[in-house]
Amino acid sequence: MEAVNLLSSNRYTEKQIGYLFISVLVNSNSELIRLINNAIKNDLASRNPTFMGLALHCIANVGSREMAEAFAGEIPKILVAGDTMDSVKQSAALCLLRLYRTSPDLVPMGDWTSRVVHLLNDQHLGVVTAATSLITTLAQKNPEEFKTSVSLAVSRLSRIVTSASTDLQDYTYYFVPAPWLSVKLLRLLQCYPPPEDPAVRGRLTECLETILNKAQEPPKSKKVQHSNAKNAVLFEAISLIIHHDSEPNLLVRACNQLGQFLQHRETNLRYLALESMCTLASSEFSHEAVKTHIETVINALKTERDVSVRQRAVDLLYAMCDRSNAQQIVAEMLSYLETADYSIREEIVLKVAILAEKYAVDYTWYVDTILNLIRIAGDYVSEEVWYRVIQIVINRDDVQGYAAKTVFEALQAPACHENLVKVGGYILGEFGNLIAGDPRSSPLIQFNLLHSKFHLCSVPTRALLLSTYIKFVNLFPEVKTTIQDVLRSDSQLKNADVELQQRAVEYLRLSTVASTDILATVLEEMPPFPERESSILAKLKKKKGPNTVTDLEEAKRERSADVNGGPEPAPASAASTPSPSADLLGLGAAPPAPAGPPPSSGGLLVDVFSDSPSAVAPLAPGSEDNFARFVCKNNGVLFENQLLQIGLKSEFRQNLGRMFIFYGNKTSTQFLNFTPTLICSDDLQTNLSLQTKPVDPTVDGGAQVQQIVNIECVCDFTEAPVLNIQFRYGGTFQNVSVKLPITLNKFFQPTEMASQDFFQRWKQLSSPQQEVQNIFKAKHPMDTEITKAKIIGFGSALLEDVDPNPANFVGAGIIHTKTTQIGCLLRLEPNLQAQMYRLTLRTSKETVSQRLCELLSEQF
Amino acid sequence: MIKAILIFNNHGKPRLSKFYQPYSEDTQQQIIRETFHLVSKRDENVCNFLEGGLLIGGSDNKLIYRHYATLYFVFCVDSSESELGILDLIQVFVETLDKCFENVCELDLIFHVDKVHNILAEMVMGGMVLETNMNEIVTQIDAQNKLEKSEPPVMEVHLQKSTLLERKRFLHL
Repeated sequence: MEAVNLLSSNRYTEKQIGYLFISVLVNSNSELIRLINNAIKNDLASRNPTFMGLALHCIANVGSREMAEAFAGEIPKILVAGDTMDSVKQSAALCLLRLYRTSPDLVPMGDWTSRVVHLLNDQHLGVVTAATSLITTLAQKNPEEFKTSVSLAVSRLSRIVTSASTDLQDYTYYFVPAPWLSVKLLRLLQCYPPPEDPAVRGRLTECLETILNKAQEPPKSKKVQHSNAKNAVLFEAISLIIHHDSEPNLLVRACNQLGQFLQHRETNLRYLALESMCTLASSEFSHEAVKTHIETVINALKTERDVSVRQRAVDLLYAMCDRSNAQQIVAEMLSYLETADYSIREEIVLKVAILAEKYAVDYTWYVDTILNLIRIAGDYVSEEVWYRVIQIVINRDDVQGYAAKTVFEALQAPACHENLVKVGGYILGEFGNLIAGDPRSSPLIQFNLLHSKFHLCSVPTRALLLSTYIKFVNLFPEVKTTIQDVLRSDSQLKNADVELQQRAVEYLRLSTVASTDILATVLEEMPPFPERESSILAKLKKKKGPNTVTDLEEAKRERSADVNGGPEPAPASAASTPSPSADLLGLGAAPPAPAGPPPSSGGLLVDVFSDSPSAVAPLAPGSEDNFARFVCKNNGVLFENQLLQIGLKSEFRQNLGRMFIFYGNKTSTQFLNFTPTLICSDDLQTNLSLQTKPVDPTVDGGAQVQQIVNIECVCDFTEAPVLNIQFRYGGTFQNVSVKLPITLNKFFQPTEMASQDFFQRWKQLSSPQQEVQNIFKAKHPMDTEITKAKIIGFGSALLEDVDPNPANFVGAGIIHTKTTQIGCLLRLEPNLQAQMYRLTLRTSKETVSQRLCELLSEQF
Repeated sequence: MIKAILIFNNHGKPRLSKFYQPYSEDTQQQIIRETFHLVSKRDENVCNFLEGGLLIGGSDNKLIYRHYATLYFVFCVDSSESELGILDLIQVFVETLDKCFENVCELDLIFHVDKVHNILAEMVMGGMVLETNMNEIVTQIDAQNKLEKSEPPVMEVHLQKSTLLERKRFLHL
């Protein structure tokens, strides 16, 4: 109370002590706040800069909701008023920022926003720094309103970077011009994508290059502060480069620079270099460049004295891992695990388990790795890890025998970890028969080995082992009596633990009463597990927050799915001929999609099942590429970003089709108001009828929902429908649009015909409107087999021995629509020398020839 | 943003603590203890950043610290701050203290805690960096001092700096 009285004093000393007391000792919920607010209000109105400064400080330091309510309207006015002193402006900017952080809803957006942006041009660098902080935070929430700040920030940055170090006088810190401001500006730019205006973009690139160049210059001072300040700017520039991820040249330079830092004697720099490189590794352009530093990083893991640095090294190894270096990295991580700090062991275990699974080419290696993992750090191996290894062994026939043999050998060790006993018990119970032929691992020996561990284990493990025993009864009738004896013993039948006792009683009974057949059925081998996301990955995500397992990793996982046994769902109907080219197409750089303006104007849009006509996002980048990939195949991933994955599975027969759209939530958070909408232009709607049902509006974290679209081709069409998805993720609204690959050629039925027939029909379709020809350059290597596969994937029959020139390809088929059937003939003439193709299409309908020619031309 | 600024000596005695987020008294004490525990067991010449500190923020949080003779200066920040930038800020803070107190030492922080708070207030406001220009800060502080002197003193308190406590400079520039 006394302090509040001091506030209203006119003497500076008293006022200051009062404020100091309040900002140090009063927490935001005090009842005194009302009184304090009054005093502050008076001071803000006093026009005495010192008093105003004190008042603003107090608001910022307490920053409670009541204060926000009282002053959120006032402070913007002070901030942009022309006659406010610089130091007050500075305080006002930060004060507003603080209030915005505590209660964003109370800070009104308005005219002042545009004037705030212009503070970036202010004379006083202190004001600019404060304003940049404010704008950065505001821009994260309202990117549109502060868009103009980008060009201003770039020009400001370029003035700082290119200035001689004496120009900025006081703001030059150890010969580095305004390092804090540079860092802030670079942060602000990270809120936005690369600037679109080429001039601004050029200027920014120039700045970034200058910053990178400066790093190479000899230091102007030996003081550590000089290099610190310089590197602070440099690291921020590098993270901006990584954020933009668009200039391969800059990315590689950044990577080289970081590589230099990896061997720097300053520990701080090594730490930061490892951290930045981790994000760099996820960029496609620089992934390879990052990989060249693998030896240094491994070395860091081994020799670094600081646990924080080692932790970063592990993270980086995890990020840079791909199939080419997985074995090396996993081996290194395993050997590090033996000496690792206890605090990070569990994380390393998870990472090793994930990498081993993700990049396993040879599953025997995978099994070895995981068993090693359990041996080295058994205590840190969580349930998920050993569940997963069992899932994988059960799903893969080729590794079962090896797994059984390996666990058998591992169990020979006198002391083995309980997790190993669990894995061993389970695997031998399922696949012990595969190694029983060897006299060294006969059924009895297997049983005795497991039973020797039995008494040392906890209750859940013992329960598991009892199940193993009953499985043995089925697998090996010769040990039946031994096992029955064990089950019958008092320690089992009268065990204090209910679960163990029950199992013992039931299994004993089962083994005595049931016939061999029944036993065989009851105790049959476990069926394969359904493929699902690795539970370990989910665990790591949970541990580290959703952002650390980056997009690229997901993409990598996708690519490796075929090898890891995720069976590519086979096309179901005869109409969609299995397309061997699908994978090749998927891996190669996809050609740009056929032209055909996507429906974008609001008037044309027809909402199929939502009444509210909401804005539709522009097509997602890469959507055109993906679209083209689906022309010759029916299944695959259509779209993927950090949050959402859209997979397609479709089948077509005659003029009908059915498409399964799978929406996968990749995060651990629920999507709310999830509404996918199919959008057809008026034109398309009359020719193509699509029917579907709305899906459940909530999609749980990690879950997948399916939507079925029934398709009928009424008449031939050229455009493609657009799939628009809107949902809420966390607090933010997401809006994604992709082109749905329903193309005319999906309604193709192949027709086989002899050479004679072909040329007869070819001649019949000789009128100029019926033929469309296109000559174009090859975008992919001209491989005969791939081309054949693509033509078949396109839907037509591939006719051999028809064309007199064996190098040419000839196809025939019928497009089915509800109204008519249209016969189509096609001929593709490659010219290897010129790397060109000539594609000729003859059909009975002009528009069909045109469209098919467009679609097919894009595929080669 | 900066979540907290802590200064404590080699024995873990807090010399200054400033929290920019509301914590209860107990938690504040725990945070100081935890931070001291984390920071003090680290060798010299390892890096100046460390993750952890479960009480403030969790995984998004970093402790950035510098050790000067008898004192640790620790800034708890979140990921929106540049690590090296904060490290420099600590240096600026210490250099400013040095200018204002002329050869600053641990005792100055004990006897002039109000001034230290004022200096800090000129640099960091509500968890955001306000001013990084040393001259500007010193000018502001000088202006305050002048104002203070121009007004008649409220009460005279003479603090005798104990000669038993070693007066040790902690800044070697």
